[in-house]
Amino acid sequence: MTLSPPRRPPRHRADRPGGRPAGRLTGRTAARVRGLSMHALIWIVGALIVVPLLYGLLSGFKSTSELSTNPFGLPEDWVPENYTGLLGSGSFWRQIFNSTFIAAATALVTVAVSALAAYVFARFAFRGRELVFTFFTIGLMFPFAVAVLPLFLMLRALDLLDNPLGVILPQAAFGLPMTIIILRGFFRTIPGELEEAAIIDGCSAFGFFWRILLPMARPALATVSVLAIVTSWNNFFLPLLVFTEPDWWTIPVGVQQFKGQYAEDTARILAYVVLAMAPALAFYSVAERQLIGGLTAGATKG
Amino acid sequence: MAHSAFKNSAVKDSALEKRPAGKATAAGPAGGGPRGRTARRRRLVDSVTIAAFLSPAMLLFALLVLVPILYALYTSLFKWGGFGAPENFVGLENFRTLFKDEVFLGDLWRGFVLIALSVGIQLPFALSMAVLLNQKLRGRAFYRLLFFAPYVLSEVITGVLFTMIFAPDSGLADHALDLVGLGDLGITWFADSSTVLVTLFLVMTWKYFGFHMILYMAGLQSIPRDVLEAAAIDGASAWQRFRHVTLPLLGPTIRISVFLSIIGAIQLFDLVWVITAGGPVHASETMAITMFQFGFKRYQVGYASAISVVMFLICFVFALVYQRYVLRRDLEGAVTSMRGRR
Repeated sequence: MTLSPPRRPPRHRADRPGGRPAGRLTGRTAARVRGLSMHALIWIVGALIVVPLLYGLLSGFKSTSELSTNPFGLPEDWVPENYTGLLGSGSFWRQIFNSTFIAAATALVTVAVSALAAYVFARFAFRGRELVFTFFTIGLMFPFAVAVLPLFLMLRALDLLDNPLGVILPQAAFGLPMTIIILRGFFRTIPGELEEAAIIDGCSAFGFFWRILLPMARPALATVSVLAIVTSWNNFFLPLLVFTEPDWWTIPVGVQQFKGQYAEDTARILAYVVLAMAPALAFYSVAERQLIGGLTAGATKG
Repeated sequence: MAHSAFKNSAVKDSALEKRPAGKATAAGPAGGGPRGRTARRRRLVDSVTIAAFLSPAMLLFALLVLVPILYALYTSLFKWGGFGAPENFVGLENFRTLFKDEVFLGDLWRGFVLIALSVGIQLPFALSMAVLLNQKLRGRAFYRLLFFAPYVLSEVITGVLFTMIFAPDSGLADHALDLVGLGDLGITWFADSSTVLVTLFLVMTWKYFGFHMILYMAGLQSIPRDVLEAAAIDGASAWQRFRHVTLPLLGPTIRISVFLSIIGAIQLFDLVWVITAGGPVHASETMAITMFQFGFKRYQVGYASAISVVMFLICFVFALVYQRYVLRRDLEGAVTSMRGRR
């Protein structure tokens, strides 16, 4: 992780005959100035990220009328009702539950199905393997939005509207390519001798997969699970179409509906937004490593 | 993300030769002679295992990813309201109408503008932040965590938040402009068709630059330090080192991030739908929004399917061309592997 900056060599260079001696004396000050301006830049960017979030948080404690006159400062009188009112409402918790349930189920299905396939792609040689693998990787090129309309028509025909499966299964299907690619990459790094030994000891293919491979692949499984959970948690398009009944609304759908319903009550909407983002940010702070690792791995290797 | 697919399928053969799958080696020596029957039996077991392990994934994928796309292809040939079986066959007429429709042509143009802005501004910005955070810097890990945080929020939440922030007159942005004395400009952000796209782009940058930044940071981590040191010893300035060492070595990562950025812009929906629903007067409408409008609001499902098909074709052709001409040279020696971190 830590990569020390390539700033050391120039100092040697100054002592060398033929090196550029200019400016070396002031090097220290220059470095300090540079460091300071670097920090200033980072702080500005950081502020641009934090201010909107902080604005939402503080605004939730204001009344809407105060919000329009005092957008920046701390609330003159703190109005916790926006938050407490929402926290006391059943629909908010219902949406949290729905989002959690759907995300967990999506992750479970995606990872289970992908792990089996990735195992075959990683450890078996058979004719047509790469063809089948390419068949899956094609999925990476399709954005979800492309398939959402026919998907909706199919789900309607199958009577899966207002049914969590109508969201879980398509999400899992669209998650397969990425998950398979990441898991296959990981499974390949596990030495073949291990499998041979297990087979000689009378382990079946599934036995090896279940008792040896999966436990060894725990970090990779965590990574792909986190990816699946975050994707599902944030998905909006499909739940919007599939769930016409408020009973199954997930957080993003709920936020959007709430905004439509209380259009004038800005403070209340912002309170809702803050409460809705809290679980995601909390999850991120815990699973940051897996998430970032998974995204970079998914994008840059296989 | 999409890129890894290409890379993988190209590395496959060599990987296969070098490290044959465990099963193949186990069965290999048992090839003929007295142990031929065991080998055959094992091969049969293998085939059964392969079929059993692969079929759930193939079923799920074929049924819910491929079939819908084929179905869209089919329904795009009908003038169809979405109920009952499609029967009013019109051939390619939907497509002909589509390419005469000013809103749709506008979608293409707006998509192009967003892509240009992303690739021209957002990605360079992400890259410079990545370079900054790649230095030895106090609080580096924290800044990385912070800059990436917006990516984790759902687009809906981001959208609602910024609707409030950019609300004309009462929003935070206008108050901020007042504060620095620019309040008289009267920028109305999302409410004006001339500023809506740029404002949208600002929100997109807020949300997505962190993602590209972490990609670049991963790429930077894997650039061998001795190469940079060697360049420094040879007298290359910081800019020269960046321009002639870092940038070329980062090429593969940059090309992937450009790819992802473009695919993301093509399918943009959530953010726009929540903030402007495509307005004012189509000024921020995207292909996905138009598709949604026709498919779910106006019940012209055949026509909406045609839009889906065009989106699909654009992505597909773009991905193929990009793979063929841009990503191809990255297949060998790409300095993007994260393997070291595992």
